Amino acid sequence: MQPFRRLDASAAPIGMPNVDTDQIIPARFLWRKRSDGFGHLLFHDLRFGDGGAPKPDFVLNRDVYRNARILVAGRNFGCGSSREHAVWALYDYGIRAVVAPSFGDIFFNNSFQNGLLPVALPAERVAALRALLEQSPGSSIAIDLEAQTLTGPDRAVDRFEIDPFRKECLLAGADDISFTLGYRDRIAEFENACEAKVRWL
Amino acid sequence: MSGPSTLFDKIWSSHAILVRPDGATLLYVDRHFVHDGSGNAFRMLKERGLAVRRPDRTFATPDHYVSTLSHDLASINEPHRRGVVEELEANAKAAGLTLFGLSDRRQGIVHVIGPEQGLSQPGMIIVCGDSHTATHGALGALAFGIGASEVGHVLATQTLWQRKPRNMRIVIDGTLAQGVHAKDVILAIIAQIGAAGGVGHVIEYAGSAIRAMGIEARLTICNMSIEAGARAGMVAPDDTTFAYLHGRPYAPKGADWDAALAHWASLASDADARFDREVHLDAAEIAPMVTWGTSPETAAPITARVPDPASAGDAARRDSIERALAYMDLRPGTPLTEIAIDRVFIGSCTNSRIEDLRAAAKVLDGRRAVVPAMAVPGSGLVKAQAEAEGLDAIFKRAGFEWRESGCSMCVGMNGDLVAPGERCASTSNRNFVGRQGKGARTHLMSPAMAAAAAVTGKLADVRQFPMRP
Ligand code: SF4
Repeated sequence: MQPFRRLDASAAPIGMPNVDTDQIIPARFLWRKRSDGFGHLLFHDLRFGDGGAPKPDFVLNRDVYRNARILVAGRNFGCGSSREHAVWALYDYGIRAVVAPSFGDIFFNNSFQNGLLPVALPAERVAALRALLEQSPGSSIAIDLEAQTLTGPDRAVDRFEIDPFRKECLLAGADDISFTLGYRDRIAEFENACEAKVRWL
Repeated sequence: MSGPSTLFDKIWSSHAILVRPDGATLLYVDRHFVHDGSGNAFRMLKERGLAVRRPDRTFATPDHYVSTLSHDLASINEPHRRGVVEELEANAKAAGLTLFGLSDRRQGIVHVIGPEQGLSQPGMIIVCGDSHTATHGALGALAFGIGASEVGHVLATQTLWQRKPRNMRIVIDGTLAQGVHAKDVILAIIAQIGAAGGVGHVIEYAGSAIRAMGIEARLTICNMSIEAGARAGMVAPDDTTFAYLHGRPYAPKGADWDAALAHWASLASDADARFDREVHLDAAEIAPMVTWGTSPETAAPITARVPDPASAGDAARRDSIERALAYMDLRPGTPLTEIAIDRVFIGSCTNSRIEDLRAAAKVLDGRRAVVPAMAVPGSGLVKAQAEAEGLDAIFKRAGFEWRESGCSMCVGMNGDLVAPGERCASTSNRNFVGRQGKGARTHLMSPAMAAAAAVTGKLADVRQFPMRP
């Protein structure tokens, strides 16, 4: 996993609430392997028409947003299924952070596993950021994970909260599994104690 | 744990292997279910040269990609779909997991077979790479969905890093009216608290209406906790739970059963336990519900009308109603009972158990569907039970297709799709844009309501259907 430290990049607004994982990547693409890549399938049915031609009015198809690395979204972004493909599609497309008032819980967890930073800010500030991006399309947002700050196109700085453990892993680009395997003995000890008590499992 | 605690607190603290100062907790996982969407997680493991730590606690079944026309593997004629089912069976065999494979009568939707086999028990932590894992909470377990990386983590370590969610209690007191089922209750809850209403919380469902419900109804309620935004849903184990589990293949036996009972009985939330949030509903006020939009929170009583965006409080809300109505091709003010449908799907991990099929069959008995319709039992054993009761004959006489078990048209990954522009009355759990197929329009409802829709060709109020005694 690539570490995440700082990001200063162009951002795209996606205002609708409840953008679910079926919209981020439709179920018919899920059989593919991780190594196949999912970036070209991101928002597939919102992004492409029936013949496969890009829909001109979809935000990521507009030239100014083509290099967006940040999405500024509506409430409950990533609700729905547990498919990690939703995160893979965003990441493979080039998105490194999503800013929203709230996220689907599983999507939120999945993001950290792949170096994608979800930033939750108050709904009013997120709406204001989207308005700024619509007024001056192509403008940038700067995120500093170490300092836990997000600087908008208006230069206003917001502090965001993040779980310290998730932050540490993102900064290091570290992976949970190797970290947890370091606790092998603790796990075995716990397991044995449990099995002595709950024999029927 | 000191002080009064909730069911959720008790299960959480008894599974915490270690807690870091920052609150990150390493949780032990009792049961892990894997399905045919787990290929990437197994590959991740292989790439690192890691083995499955506890094959004896890991159970596999193919459900998303299986054909519902036949459970002969060769009948999956699309190579990539057949490939993922074969891959699951091969992974399960190689790792020594218990597999309820395609040729096994016990195969079915993972969230149907866990409870059915007695694998899902009170006090457990249960995970699966599928958001509707919340279903198993109906047995008094803490059960939640995880992503592919987390599936790999559980396979390798039998643990997960989590931060403790908050406690929420939804209390439903009173008696449900005739024709109102568990599905109506959970849709009414989501309509009230919103699709993000439970974000960051684990919901405990309580109150006299929940206590009066059987396990299958509780499974339906817990199943859609995720549509309310919650991490998990649960119901405290009680005599109903114990009676349901008794004698199931993987339930404890003999002296173990007595020890298990004593443990399970201690799990309920303490009387003075604190919840971060409480919501109350009056069961008697819940009507049969349907959704009109593209989020489960757009549920309304069947007696209502399609809302008017113009009367929405704010611009964002107006915009989202307009979008939903455009996709659903509905006009503001239309009575919901005037919406004509093109097909009916009865199935999914929300509503494919025997009681669901019975409720639908009761409405269908002696009547005929006027649109294409299909019934897909949740497991091979549910199907066998339904056939033993003669329900299959009622479905078939009513013009329904009677299929083999699987996820089917809930998500269409096996090819059971709703055609673009078609309107489907569905007992599944998600009405998202494109969920049942590109351009498909979904209305969520209970099995009884779906049966009523099948025979009228419109969304219909099941309370107006006299039923045979
Ligand atoms: S029935 Fe539907 S919701 Fe349930 S596990 Fe299958 S696809 Fe998911």
